[in-house]
Amino acid sequence: MQFTGSIPIYEQIMRYIKKEIITGELNGEDKIPSVRDLADRLSVNPNTVSRAYQELEREGLTETRRGMGTYIVGDKTMKDRIKKELSQDLVLDFVEEMKASGFTAEEIIGFVSERLEKETL
Amino acid sequence: MKNLLEVQNLTKKYGSKIAVDDVSFTLEQGKILGLLGPNGSGKTTLLKVLAGIQHPNAGTAHILGNSIGVETKGQTAFLSDVNPLFTSMKVDDAIDFYADFFTDFDKVKCDELLDFMKLSKNHRIKAMSKGMIEKLNLSLIFARRARLFLLDEPLGGVDPVARERIVTTIIKTYSEDSSIIISSHLVHDVENTFDEVLMLHEGKIILSGDAEDLRSSHGLSINDLFVKTFQELL
Repeated sequence: MQFTGSIPIYEQIMRYIKKEIITGELNGEDKIPSVRDLADRLSVNPNTVSRAYQELEREGLTETRRGMGTYIVGDKTMKDRIKKELSQDLVLDFVEEMKASGFTAEEIIGFVSERLEKETL
Repeated sequence: MKNLLEVQNLTKKYGSKIAVDDVSFTLEQGKILGLLGPNGSGKTTLLKVLAGIQHPNAGTAHILGNSIGVETKGQTAFLSDVNPLFTSMKVDDAIDFYADFFTDFDKVKCDELLDFMKLSKNHRIKAMSKGMIEKLNLSLIFARRARLFLLDEPLGGVDPVARERIVTTIIKTYSEDSSIIISSHLVHDVENTFDEVLMLHEGKIILSGDAEDLRSSHGLSINDLFVKTFQELL
């Protein structure tokens, strides 16, 4: 996993876990790696991973089972909720970048539909 | 978490030149601090004062409540940017040397670290590359059960592959009982290990804070923030 600089690392780790849930890599009742394991794997400070895990738990995506580790909660509505939230984040980033580059709303919509039409061909 | 290190109004002069100028900061137990600044900004001097190698002209520093001195020397492990080992030694001689010198040296842990670094005990230091020597010194330091690790430019002059291994070792060795200060100007390679950041310019603190807070408030990586800060000053 490559980190981009401007967003806090713990937020990027949260997004990474959320993407894994959306794509089905991680499902309800699955155990996620321990803080130390993920810190080693991503080469980041364990405190940073720990903060990401705390936030995920606060958002109700994961739960810590005493002495067993951290698990994804088995909630069917969760996937849709994360999907919506992640898409809003990504669209916001994209739209802000486009607006900052001088594109109008009509142009943005035009370019997006043009791009999507090409993909379906 | 309680403070492991408390530094207050610390000043160190070499003759009329002020190397560390009225520096104050604290570091909590279990945290990793990135000490950043260009060459000659006072990073090495500050680390040497904390290691008890240099005496400050003014101000105080306390490690776990003890003023820098005999007691704190046993609690701090200092990785110098200059190789302190005799080049005629073999790796296992260096291990014996450390084991004799430091009562908190853990030979089993040292073996694990050398294994991870892929270093053989039969190597003679004279015949080792800069990256290998850096890995050896880091293994020797981290094999101590110290409370404060002071790493002066652990990535200096080391190739990217060795750098990555060194960063991984820092993360693997991290423990909630100890704290680490890493000085570097190769910020990009180590910035994901930092909890806190402190930037020095001409011996003074010009910027400090929580690494994640700095990323979101400036919208920049620590590396970019470092470059931007010093471009404006130099």
